[in-house]
Amino acid sequence: MLAALARRLAAGVAVVAGVATLTFFLLRLAPGDPVERLLGPTATAAQLAAQRQALGLDRPLPAQYAAWLARIARGEWGRSIASGRPVRAVLGEAWPATAALVGLSLLLSYLLGIAVGAVQAARGGTRLDTALSVSTVTLFALPGYWLGLMLVLVFTYRLRILPSFGAHGYDSDALAGLARMRDLMRHVALPLTTLTLVGIGGTARFVRGAMLDVRAAPFVTTALAKGLTAPRVWLHHVLRNALVPVVTLLGLSLPALFSGAVFVEAVFAWPGVGRILVEAVQARDYPVVMAATTVSAMLVVLGNLLADLLLGWVDPRVRHGERGRGNVEG
Amino acid sequence: MKSLVQDRRAQFGVAVLGLAVVCALAAPLVSTGDPGAQRDIVATRFLPPLSTDLHGVVHPLGTDRFGRDVWTRLVYGARISLGVGTLAVLVSVAIGLVVGAIAGFSSGLVRALLLALTDFALALPRVVLLLLLAALWRPSAGLVVVVLGLTGWMSIARLVQGEVRSLAARPFVEGAAALGLRRARILARHILPNALTPVIVAAALGIGNAIMLEAGLSFLGLGVQPPVPSWGNMIASGRDTLLNAPWVATAPGVALVVIVVACTLLGDALQDALSPTSRSSR
Repeated sequence: MLAALARRLAAGVAVVAGVATLTFFLLRLAPGDPVERLLGPTATAAQLAAQRQALGLDRPLPAQYAAWLARIARGEWGRSIASGRPVRAVLGEAWPATAALVGLSLLLSYLLGIAVGAVQAARGGTRLDTALSVSTVTLFALPGYWLGLMLVLVFTYRLRILPSFGAHGYDSDALAGLARMRDLMRHVALPLTTLTLVGIGGTARFVRGAMLDVRAAPFVTTALAKGLTAPRVWLHHVLRNALVPVVTLLGLSLPALFSGAVFVEAVFAWPGVGRILVEAVQARDYPVVMAATTVSAMLVVLGNLLADLLLGWVDPRVRHGERGRGNVEG
Repeated sequence: MKSLVQDRRAQFGVAVLGLAVVCALAAPLVSTGDPGAQRDIVATRFLPPLSTDLHGVVHPLGTDRFGRDVWTRLVYGARISLGVGTLAVLVSVAIGLVVGAIAGFSSGLVRALLLALTDFALALPRVVLLLLLAALWRPSAGLVVVVLGLTGWMSIARLVQGEVRSLAARPFVEGAAALGLRRARILARHILPNALTPVIVAAALGIGNAIMLEAGLSFLGLGVQPPVPSWGNMIASGRDTLLNAPWVATAPGVALVVIVVACTLLGDALQDALSPTSRSSR
């Protein structure tokens, strides 16, 4: 288990390093540079050249890459070219917002998705199953940004009960305790609902399939033949075993969920990593893009590691080492 | 095949996709014929669905803020959205087949490298890559095809790799090798055709996903550029007029959902029909 975890950790570090390297070179291949956007159309060639030299952007690519690696190794993320603020501060504000949004929606969509999928599997072939199947395939097909707009249309414009912009109201600094909490909950409601609804569809479809596969296994027939009650068999035998592929899916679905969050953050102006990334790519703000992609890759890799740990908890065979090293735990 | 024809999901999927393709191809016949047509902008803008403007033209889905007919833009946008989605999936299937076939049929270092590359690409957040690639050149429909194709081949490569690997151990492959056939020929003529089943299913599901991502990129302004209509940039432009003309953003979104549902149901039905062992599941 520990050795496997170390291997996964090494692979994760490789992924993050690869993402950063790929980003570095792709970004510099892209037309336009941050200096042009910073100084505007009236800047002279001399001014552009001077600013490029000041930022070290006139040096050859490998030298710039080496310098970037050296700075990262020292823990220096640099300053945003567009705003001049330290990148660490920009991302320090952003990543908790994204992690909270993605984490909460992951939790909710898996809890609800597993519940819906389990009900469908247990009532397989009935009208309820068909109705839920139609619902989940529709949720699965909903683009997050469009669902978000529709929720804004209903809850903000028509019913006028929920805000659709940002994470705080304009007066949030003046609020304290419960009122501030309430303000945050009201702001998170629509983006969270959007991401969760989209997530439920895929999870429920997968859980239903996994449970029906397990249901067909001989040990389930044995359990029923022993006289165990149906609910007990469904919960302890079928669902428990179906959770193994579901937890694997959990890790795999993180990149997709993060991608979804980028769109949803754009719609709701949610102050997260996704929105910063979109803005920084458009402004060619190299230091911010580098940091935002690195942080998002790290979030995805960490999520995958957590899913692996969770898998060990759900599936004892993984915990004890699949390759039959006897009963030595470790 | 018989079960596929009787499958209600397949019937629905084929009917919807067929109708959409016919509408897209026959766009000039089923609409006003010009997605950019503007007459009197002030008098014809923001007309609600099913209204007739002062020129006597009926707008079944209303007009947008420039007085353009939403239905016309929807069917012309279908050309872009369906075309881009299909081409993008063809690109990813091509890459996935090559990578998967080579990885599955070779051994040692080549396989290890290709699998590592696939896993690496799979672990990247796709949208991050999309954003970067889309920023590389001027946004266009062709760029979206390339970008979606380059970021969507990994799951297909994995499927093909697994299939090829298990097929390569079968007796008929040994027989072909004993007959003295070249390895490339065995792979292309004997193994790959047998490995296509999961690829077809993945492609059907992938088209829906690609259409959704195309719309997403266009929504962020990185995909198909206005005034060429695509469902994504229609949703984006409707976002600004959500309060007074909600139909502008609603119509392309509904079309998008219906098409993606059709692709998903067709993929599910194909999966069940082509692999009897997993019937009733998924």
